[in-house]
Amino acid sequence: MADTPTSSSSAVRSLVLIAIVVVALVAAFAFTAGWLTPGRLTPSKIVNGLAPPGGPVLGFRRNHAKGICFTGSFESNGAAVALSKAPMFAPGSYAVTGRFNLATPDPKAQDPMVRVRGLSLRIVAPGGSEWRTAMIDAPFFPVATPKAFYGLLQASAKTNDPDAMKNFAAAHPELGHFGAWAGSAPWTASYAQEQYNSLNSFVFTNAEGQDQTVRWSFVPAAKPEAVSPDQLKARGADFLAADITQRVQGGPQNWALVVTVANPGDPTADPSKAWPEDRRKVEAGTLVVKAIEPEADGPCRDLNFDPTVLPSGMHVSDDPFPAARSAAYSVSFNRRTAEDKDYPRHPAGGATP
Amino acid sequence: MTPNNGRFTALQRALHWLMAICILAMLFIGVGMVSTVRPGYLSLVSIHKPLGIVILVLALIRLVVRLTRGAPPLPASMPEPMKLAAHLSHLAFYLLMIGLPLLGWGMLSAADYPVVVFGIHLPSILPHSNGLHTVLWNLHRALALCFFALIVLHLAAALLHALVRRDGVFEAMAPWRSGRERRASGDR
Repeated sequence: MADTPTSSSSAVRSLVLIAIVVVALVAAFAFTAGWLTPGRLTPSKIVNGLAPPGGPVLGFRRNHAKGICFTGSFESNGAAVALSKAPMFAPGSYAVTGRFNLATPDPKAQDPMVRVRGLSLRIVAPGGSEWRTAMIDAPFFPVATPKAFYGLLQASAKTNDPDAMKNFAAAHPELGHFGAWAGSAPWTASYAQEQYNSLNSFVFTNAEGQDQTVRWSFVPAAKPEAVSPDQLKARGADFLAADITQRVQGGPQNWALVVTVANPGDPTADPSKAWPEDRRKVEAGTLVVKAIEPEADGPCRDLNFDPTVLPSGMHVSDDPFPAARSAAYSVSFNRRTAEDKDYPRHPAGGATP
Repeated sequence: MTPNNGRFTALQRALHWLMAICILAMLFIGVGMVSTVRPGYLSLVSIHKPLGIVILVLALIRLVVRLTRGAPPLPASMPEPMKLAAHLSHLAFYLLMIGLPLLGWGMLSAADYPVVVFGIHLPSILPHSNGLHTVLWNLHRALALCFFALIVLHLAAALLHALVRRDGVFEAMAPWRSGRERRASGDR
């Protein structure tokens, strides 16, 4: 292994070559990380875009910030086994941790002022397999793609530019359908009277390996009673939490899980488009909400209801939203858990509602 | 059993180059996945987790091999500070190869995410805790960036040995035997 002397000019050439290799590797890394492409839509941008004008409320979820925890069970009747081999579809009872919530970045929002309500669930099967889902009571989503959702956030933030929303709505006609729903659909006075919809589609795979693209809804056993927005305003800022607490104290509240199977050609990739009403529906079981707990020390607070945490027998479809939601929820979770000290844990001692 | 001809053993070289590919891919996947909302995000995450476990297992095997087989001595011509840097960098590599996957696994455990790799539900290795999650997440990110910087330095140093110093250090880990080295060892 004798040293081979190198001439100084070949050493310089070698050093230049090494420098080129190093710069190329670092540049490729920086490009992959998005540091060279400030235009890339990152999860951080979406989460930043959700913040109200005064900035995010530290320690809380960056959207759906106001909510209340519950525990209960999913009582599977076995009917969905034909669609998916997910362990929680086998007949039986499975533990649920959940959260009723409002689609607002403000944890102190007035309940009567928030149009969209949500339900998040974690259903756990023996062996630790989990199905997490986060749904809302709207029948379809305001926009068709994550990019359009970010555009919507940007347009709605430009309060000093009246044309911003107008231009966005003109370019995204689906927003008009959502506006029509928000303006005309009846309000209820209870989380217990809402139907919560996955909106996003997912693929179910059964034990035979057959795939079906589906969406699902949790349909309330309680009969929805329409209440006018003015009547709601008379009920106070936190009437939804008080209502659901009282109802569940009086007895478990139930929802039926209804799985809707897409026909070939249905818009599986676009949650702004509802599927026709006549699609095959399978009632898979019952969500039973047994105990309500305030969020501050409740079991749902530090959970990320990432809709891509799925058991075997379920996976994402061509719908681009679950991936974008997973990426953004993760950023929101990382931020709020790092701000633990800012969250008023004990309502009695803090300024929480 | 010391490595012969001043080279690492064939098993050590195979582990080195296999892990080099895995780790470099891992770091690119890591920074790529956290900066996108496209559907590829989920594919990248679904590679990142099992690949991390693969790297952890390979790193533990490699540690055992290193402790039992040792390493060829650095050439006498190397200045002492350079030798020290080489030894410290190897120590850092082992700490990072083993530590980063454990930090990732621990961080997911502290966030109460199910950790499923190759269809197997791995046990949670830490309790659900916001404080733990934050510390581990920050460490995972910062040390991953340090790991990339260390790899860049390691690559530059390896090329310096191969192209400028030509002192046999690169050949000790090279997957092939160079003609020059064959001549030197006389097996032609």
